[in-house]
Amino acid sequence: MVRKIDTDVSRFKKIVKGQIKKNLKKYIKQGELIGKQGKDLVSIPVPEIEIPRFKFDFSKGKGTGQGKGKSGDKLGQGKPQDGNGEAGETPGQHILEVDVSLGDLAEILGEELELPKIEPKGNNKIKSVKDKYVGIRSVGPESLRHFKRTYRKALKRMISSGTFNPENPMVVPIREDKVFRSWSEKQIPQNSAVVIYMMDVSGSMGEEQKEIVRIESFWIDTWLRSQYKGLETRYIIHDSDAKEVDKETFFRTRESGGTKISSAYELCMKIINDEYNFAEWNVYPFHFSDGDNWAGDTEKCIEILTNDLIPRSNVFCYGQVESLYGSGKFIKTLEEHFADSDDVITSPISNKDDIYRSIKDFLGKGK
Amino acid sequence: MFKSSFTTELKEWKYRIEKIAEEFDLDFFPVIFEVLPFDELNQIAAYGGFPTRYPHWKFGMQYERLSKGYAYGLEKIYELVINNDPSYAYLMESNPLVDQKLVMAHVYGHVDFFKNNYWFSVTNRKMIDQMGNNGNRIRSYMNKVGYEEVEDFITNCLSIENLIDFHSPYLKRRNKPYETEIEKVESKVVKFKSKGYMDPYINPKDNSKDVSDKEKETKVVNFPENPERDVLLFLIEHAPLNNWQRDVLEIIRDEAYYFAPQGMTKIMNEGWACFWHSKIMTAKILSDSEILDFAEHHAGTVAMSEGSFNPYKIGLEIFRDIEERWDKGKFGKEYEECYDSIIRAEWNKNLGLGREKIFQVRKIYNDVTFLDEFLTPELAERLQLFSFWKNPYSADYEVYTREFEKVKTNLLKQLTNMGNPIIEVIDGNFRNRSELYLVHKHDGVDLDLNYARDTLMNLSSIWSRPTHIETINNKSKIFYSWENEKFITTKI
Repeated sequence: MVRKIDTDVSRFKKIVKGQIKKNLKKYIKQGELIGKQGKDLVSIPVPEIEIPRFKFDFSKGKGTGQGKGKSGDKLGQGKPQDGNGEAGETPGQHILEVDVSLGDLAEILGEELELPKIEPKGNNKIKSVKDKYVGIRSVGPESLRHFKRTYRKALKRMISSGTFNPENPMVVPIREDKVFRSWSEKQIPQNSAVVIYMMDVSGSMGEEQKEIVRIESFWIDTWLRSQYKGLETRYIIHDSDAKEVDKETFFRTRESGGTKISSAYELCMKIINDEYNFAEWNVYPFHFSDGDNWAGDTEKCIEILTNDLIPRSNVFCYGQVESLYGSGKFIKTLEEHFADSDDVITSPISNKDDIYRSIKDFLGKGK
Repeated sequence: MFKSSFTTELKEWKYRIEKIAEEFDLDFFPVIFEVLPFDELNQIAAYGGFPTRYPHWKFGMQYERLSKGYAYGLEKIYELVINNDPSYAYLMESNPLVDQKLVMAHVYGHVDFFKNNYWFSVTNRKMIDQMGNNGNRIRSYMNKVGYEEVEDFITNCLSIENLIDFHSPYLKRRNKPYETEIEKVESKVVKFKSKGYMDPYINPKDNSKDVSDKEKETKVVNFPENPERDVLLFLIEHAPLNNWQRDVLEIIRDEAYYFAPQGMTKIMNEGWACFWHSKIMTAKILSDSEILDFAEHHAGTVAMSEGSFNPYKIGLEIFRDIEERWDKGKFGKEYEECYDSIIRAEWNKNLGLGREKIFQVRKIYNDVTFLDEFLTPELAERLQLFSFWKNPYSADYEVYTREFEKVKTNLLKQLTNMGNPIIEVIDGNFRNRSELYLVHKHDGVDLDLNYARDTLMNLSSIWSRPTHIETINNKSKIFYSWENEKFITTKI
């Protein structure tokens, strides 16, 4: 049953979505959504939408309170509650947490950043098989017996054969009356994608740089998840050696060694070769670093990229986070080498304000 | 719509509480209790107690807030009672019995107040039906002209729903003394002396008519004639609206007037209900084992949380104080003029007028007059009342003063016009271009600029011409306008 309040709630949510869209830049920058992520829902704090009224500027008036303290004493944290309705309310005082599904959030992101839909490769190659109950048949297991139809058939038979007694309306189905549900197998094309995040965790990557990566990966996941049925994520950290870790470790680890980017690319290749058939999977390697690399290693990186990684990926993305220590050379090398290639996207990120633009860089090509 | 589970046990308690309330001379409408699970209670509360109300997203927002508040354990609704004959009151299913009893007793206090307080005398006692009809009408408009269009218009109307004249329902202005136009005019026309039968020939009617026409032309007619505080009424009468829009505006206005007395008597109404729930509960309703729970919840309701103003507590204490003072005769000239604090404290003439007095008070007062008359310096001290402000230098909220006169004046100011700025229409044909001119009667506190801007925008979409409001900002006269989709500020 649709409750009356549901209509009003959904109208309200529609307005909230408009607000989120308007403030998306802010939400992206602050990254406050990530901590509030459930399985399919994100809790988004929005200022309560107030219907405007003519009202007093509270900060210029005086309120009434109860309690101890002499003139000039501060009143605890924040603004004291005032029992007198309007006079005591300041705008934005109530923050409302609204649950928005990740799908909706992706939709908002897509609309606001004008992201093109992704044309998946490996179309229809992976098919998942699903049973759907679509018809009936006369044989089958008891557990699938269609009660209503069985009953109706028995009733029909009894009436036509004259054995039905309206005084004692008992209907007894016999074997021929029984009707069972039947199913057919349906093949559903499924596009699967894997995102492989690689991050430099050498000493030069600080907390703020990692926060930026964390925020970016949240939005990238959200968007790609809306485009593919199944999305897998893998995480690789590297300094001079690379290893695969889980998500939590990925964002927490800090090493102090030097940097050898090629180690990460090699591991990435290994994962793809071992587990993801690139003809069927949409592969998205994302690499974030501050652009520092061990001298002499860059050539090797280019070699792996050109020969192996790029041909196997939908697109290779490199985000260079500005840090105090990084030389920031790597992005230039990549840009020089792959200037004509559509398959490599690079994006410099100097601070949190750039995240918005950078997400658009990565996802804006629809690959 | 909802399934209520008012158990036999609760029913028995209802009758007992009702009987005790009657013995205390409370006089109430029949009360119908409904017991609902929290989610359904939240739904009803979101609609302000009227589940059949018109659709609008603000109710959805309310509901979201209530459900979240409940889910996080921050708040839950204890009581919800509707001013209607019969009155409806809702109880939350999950509350323990002692709470249900307390709420029921509290409800009888409210219903007595609804029925007898003068300020409620003009409210529609069949409001539940009325709200249902209003809801249906609005829904039918939505079907005809479109959901969003109607909803947006409602939002615009709600934006100015506080611009009504809260006192107008209680005024019955006498008609002006009888005086016809002709008589007025004739007194001004120079008349030649004539005998009665010759008068029509010597002083022909035409002559006097000419003068009256001229009078009319030269006389500047104000529009509205007198400043109009009921801005909604002015719009209903003069704004270029469709029939459905006018009807929607009327509905919003009616509902605003219906809810107004509840805002005007918040402190009194809650105080009165608390006064009576504690009297009723301690008279034969509580079992021994429930006393502690009751004491805890009662204390919770009237607790003074540090810094904040609790209308339940203030109202209750004032009613108790009045009862005590009139019982002991602590009033009148003799008492007022006694300045010896020891004699004052021990003053007792055993008059026993307390009960009679509080019933009289609940009949004729509202929050402003109630506090004005009965908030004494002793009470203010006991209730630890203070004024606070946002210190412009430190930007912190600070205790401003505890001086009784200042605290009281400030409190009364806050309650005046239910805490709304006083705003009047003074010209509906401003600049002779049918622009709307409002004046904010400034009494010390400025308008919130951001809100004023958005409200003006909504108002001008109803008026469909530019709108202006004159007010004072930082001690200088200023003029806010919404013109050509823009907000303009002009210093005067």
